[in-house]
Amino acid sequence: MAKMKALVCRECGKEYPTKAIHVCELCFGPLEVKYNYDEIKKGISRHKIESGPHSMWRYIDLLPVEGAATVGPHAGFTPMVRAHNLGAYLGLNELYIKNDTVNHPTLSFKDRVVAVALTRARELGFGTVACASTGNLANSVAAHAAAAGLQCYVFIPGDLEAAKVLGNLIYRPNVVEVEGNYDDVNRLCSEIAAEHGWAFVNINIRPYYAEGSKTLAFETVEQLGWRAPDHAVVPMASGSLLTKIWKGLNEMLMLGLVEEVRTKVNGAQAEGCSPIATAYREGRDFFKPVKPKTIAKSLAIGNPADGYYALKATAESGGAMDMVSDEEVVEGIKLLAQTEGIFAETAGGVTVGVLRKLVKQGIIKRSDLTVAYITGNGLKTQEAVIDAVGRPVRIQPSLVSFERTFKMGKNGGGAA
Amino acid sequence: MASLRFHIRFPEDKIKEPIIYQIGHEYKVVTNVRRADVRETTGWMDVELTGETAEIERAVEGLRKKGVLVDPIELNVVE
Repeated sequence: MAKMKALVCRECGKEYPTKAIHVCELCFGPLEVKYNYDEIKKGISRHKIESGPHSMWRYIDLLPVEGAATVGPHAGFTPMVRAHNLGAYLGLNELYIKNDTVNHPTLSFKDRVVAVALTRARELGFGTVACASTGNLANSVAAHAAAAGLQCYVFIPGDLEAAKVLGNLIYRPNVVEVEGNYDDVNRLCSEIAAEHGWAFVNINIRPYYAEGSKTLAFETVEQLGWRAPDHAVVPMASGSLLTKIWKGLNEMLMLGLVEEVRTKVNGAQAEGCSPIATAYREGRDFFKPVKPKTIAKSLAIGNPADGYYALKATAESGGAMDMVSDEEVVEGIKLLAQTEGIFAETAGGVTVGVLRKLVKQGIIKRSDLTVAYITGNGLKTQEAVIDAVGRPVRIQPSLVSFERTFKMGKNGGGAA
Repeated sequence: MASLRFHIRFPEDKIKEPIIYQIGHEYKVVTNVRRADVRETTGWMDVELTGETAEIERAVEGLRKKGVLVDPIELNVVE
């Protein structure tokens, strides 16, 4: 029996075949993958997982593909870093950083979701894949498509800064610059996906694409020695990542791979784009769309598709949500770099900033086993910190100048 | 003929207005509400508009002019 049972509407429960569809024809609710857990349970075990490939595909039994991984075979299984220094600074005894800044091949967690989406798109017979993106997603789709020999289209707003697309052009995708703003590209791509049946990874392939995020939960549990953390701190853009981490933890519990899950799943946003965290703060079960204005561009989704479900997952888990200013984002990036040697993009600054707040508020306690999800590499958003990192120490090319600057005697030591 | 699906949101001051009815009369589109949540201070609807593509686009513009927010059914897909 196949491990995928159907696509199922998250609202009305109507089931559909596992094709390239994403919206319920009946109620227009979003679809997600329903699995044959009884069947999966027969074949899965900790030992089998541990014997699998050194990538996220060691959890293939819980991913929505029928055959083997044909795209992105090296994605995932990134380091789980015991953050002694940052933990000591914040007052946490057991803090870990799930470090997706070194994900393969494009240094963000998007490599997980794209590997699943493109493997599935190929299984469904697509030779062309597409996405609408202003950053990390375009990067990952273009790179994976190049390696897999798939045609690739990336749609971007015409008002996007040129530098944002240069990283994509190296992979030679077809970059389509739409004369308009974010909202115009958003609407157009939705219509193209609806009318022309292209494999848009985050539109009609989204039910499969989103499942790739579960691997962050699976890896967390395995890398912690088959334990679930007490707290997870997760950055939120569409809200999908948080909901899938929660789903992944519960799948592991259901399949007996972990004894208990008491994890509180906490969401992090930047103040300049915080529709979900604001709804949480105001005690609402719905969010109000916003126009993003933050340096955390990779989280700048003002009308998030999974916002409602993220609120629900956080409530179910007993977690919290919070937000940080752009200044706190930069402080968070610096703090992580200077304590753990990990350079995160702005989303990482959001996560660290909110982690700091949750500890200060007493929501996360000293003894809590805590995992912070760092989802992208700082080299992608260097402009955010360029004015906050100081300047090099300038000296003359002479030993005297060097020793004077560093106040150094013959036996070494000293400082600038 | 095309059928496109939208998520529309009503600000508080527009909740009492029969906007869906008006759009069906002012433009050559068939409106079909599939899911909705209308409360005292806010409201949203998932709606399908069927008609010629250009007419649907005019109807969407008409909705916006009436003060409601119109998004694709998927909300934001640019990531």
